Amino acid sequence: MSVADHIPRLADRAEQRMWFERIPTRWWVVGLILLFLPVVANNFWLFQVMGWTFILGMIGLSLMFLAGYGGMVSLLQMSIAGMAGYMVAILGPSGVLNVSLGLSWWIVLPAAFLIAALFATIAGALAVRTEGIYTIMITLAIAAAFFYFTRQNYSVFNGYSGFNLVLPPQLFGVNWRDPVAFYYLTLASATLCYFAVVYIERSPFGLALQGVRDNPRRMAALGFHVTAHRVAAYALASIFASAGGILLVWQNAQIAPGTIGISSAIDILVVAVVGGMRRPLGPFIGAFIYVLLQVFSADILGFFGFSVDRFKLIIGIGFLAIVLFSPDGVLGLWDRWRAQLAARNAATTGDGA
Amino acid sequence: MDNFIKQYPYWSLTIIVLVAAFLWLVLAPWPPELAASWGRKQIFLNALLGGITLGALYFLVAAGFTLIFGLMRIVNLAHGSLFLIGGYLGYEIATASGSWLLAFPVVFIVVGLIGLLMQRFIFSKMEGEELRQTLVSIGLSIVFADLMLWWWGGQSYSILAPQFLQGPMELPLVSNFNAATGAVTWLRYPSVRIWILIAAIVIGIAMWLVLNRTALGTLIRAGVDDREMLAASGVRIQLVFLTVFGFGAGLAGIAGIIGATFQSLSPGEDTRFLLASLVVVIVGGMGSIVGAALGALIIGVAEQMGFVYAPTYSVVFTFLIMAAVLAFRPQGLLGMRR
Repeated sequence: MSVADHIPRLADRAEQRMWFERIPTRWWVVGLILLFLPVVANNFWLFQVMGWTFILGMIGLSLMFLAGYGGMVSLLQMSIAGMAGYMVAILGPSGVLNVSLGLSWWIVLPAAFLIAALFATIAGALAVRTEGIYTIMITLAIAAAFFYFTRQNYSVFNGYSGFNLVLPPQLFGVNWRDPVAFYYLTLASATLCYFAVVYIERSPFGLALQGVRDNPRRMAALGFHVTAHRVAAYALASIFASAGGILLVWQNAQIAPGTIGISSAIDILVVAVVGGMRRPLGPFIGAFIYVLLQVFSADILGFFGFSVDRFKLIIGIGFLAIVLFSPDGVLGLWDRWRAQLAARNAATTGDGA
Repeated sequence: MDNFIKQYPYWSLTIIVLVAAFLWLVLAPWPPELAASWGRKQIFLNALLGGITLGALYFLVAAGFTLIFGLMRIVNLAHGSLFLIGGYLGYEIATASGSWLLAFPVVFIVVGLIGLLMQRFIFSKMEGEELRQTLVSIGLSIVFADLMLWWWGGQSYSILAPQFLQGPMELPLVSNFNAATGAVTWLRYPSVRIWILIAAIVIGIAMWLVLNRTALGTLIRAGVDDREMLAASGVRIQLVFLTVFGFGAGLAGIAGIIGATFQSLSPGEDTRFLLASLVVVIVGGMGSIVGAALGALIIGVAEQMGFVYAPTYSVVFTFLIMAAVLAFRPQGLLGMRR
């Protein structure tokens, strides 16, 4: 609260300070906690809870990027992540020897990103033929088609059983599936994606994209190619989704059609909406809440005397509550609470905001 | 018609040739060479009829979806859940009372009531916020799906068709022709499916008549075109909304009973039918009843044909049709550009 009070008065002096001095204290605290978490947390927390949070957060981030800046709510992001994951399993080594090519990682990873980006571009080009809520319907239909296709195709996607034993490469002599190493890997990837989105938001492309979101006709009149910007946004967002998808395959050591099913696609939407789709931080918060609920649902449900299977009910009701009462997600709640607090402070001290 | 032929002579010729070829495939006995490369005629006819009857079921689900969308701009992603609720309730009623026909009015009223409550207490509170309405409907579908899984469990249910609909019936279509003896075998097909097809056609025509020939239909069509102007001219538009939402939901419920009769119900069917209605209205054109019928027919036949002749890629056919429509006519075959 004291930090918030001082921000307006310090704002004019902010330009003279070093860049790292301008970062609010809260960010330093969060950063340090995340960096030194392995000192206190056990392997379950590092690998399952935090690793999964970062992965879901990255895939949610790609949805947030499209929805928040481009105004396109796409249910396709899980399919794109799945495509990248499948490519890693198909091109690289896996337990399914008759399908996997077993190429080395420096071919596999770029190829996975490229193919997923290509998939995203083609699907995005189809999806941007329509606008607004139509986008949800079309991306949902494409995601479902991809899901059924992977389930029926055995020559490339190995059908129902998918791929197992998909392990990350032993780069620099580190076993990247070791909980601590995997934690830092996901943390680094998530941080990179986060700052990439923050950077793109302020770049000319990001500003043009937000302009397209707010008023496509005016942007078209100004000479911007609206469709090209939207398709490019799909291609860009595919990078974050692909990173999440590849890490997801490495974490589970397997991928199957169930990973990219319709409920998973909707889970990504839940994650992004619950966290808040206005800011890149939202999906990570949403993912953390989702993972905590998923991991500890057995204990919570048992405490209230319900069966463990009712996890989806909790998720559904929580999602409904968020959408009904706080359309901006948890971050929106936080903003509103801060605004209320500031208003109350201003009233008691007589300080005009 | 004349204008069309004059305007596009080559297209007309192609269409006439295609229709003639199709009619010949359906009506004439197949020569042995064709049967050798394509399989027996009976398989083709069964796939075709299966597709048409599946299309009838898709139409019943999608008609409510497209009507709700056209009038209220709500993408009700809980529509598949209404279908599944209808099917489960229909099963309970049919087994408890022993009457298949009784299930229809009861399910129509109960599921319609659920739809009314959804519209009255949730969707009408956030009118104009289309994205939020869609998200809410997703949340509702998650909750409904889990409640149904809780109550009815994971096993699959199917409703037994009543006595007078069981067994096959003969259709005036040649399935086999024996040149030596001159004996003609007519196609036999499950009569329940034929009656469901007839019922869907009757419902479709009734909906078309209500929409185009009655005062209520005029209100609905006016609402589809411009609901602000309709409200401004003194019509209590919320009542129109409620009527349409309740009717669409009830129709989905009835479709659930039919789906349970000629296939089966299990968790996950809600998503399947939601997706089917999505694809149907994308192909047919959103907000158009005739478009929904056309889209349902195309998707149903494509799905069954793909299932019989190319099992691995049957899903891809459906998807390719959707992609082609989106690429060349984004508003759908019979949709209007707004």
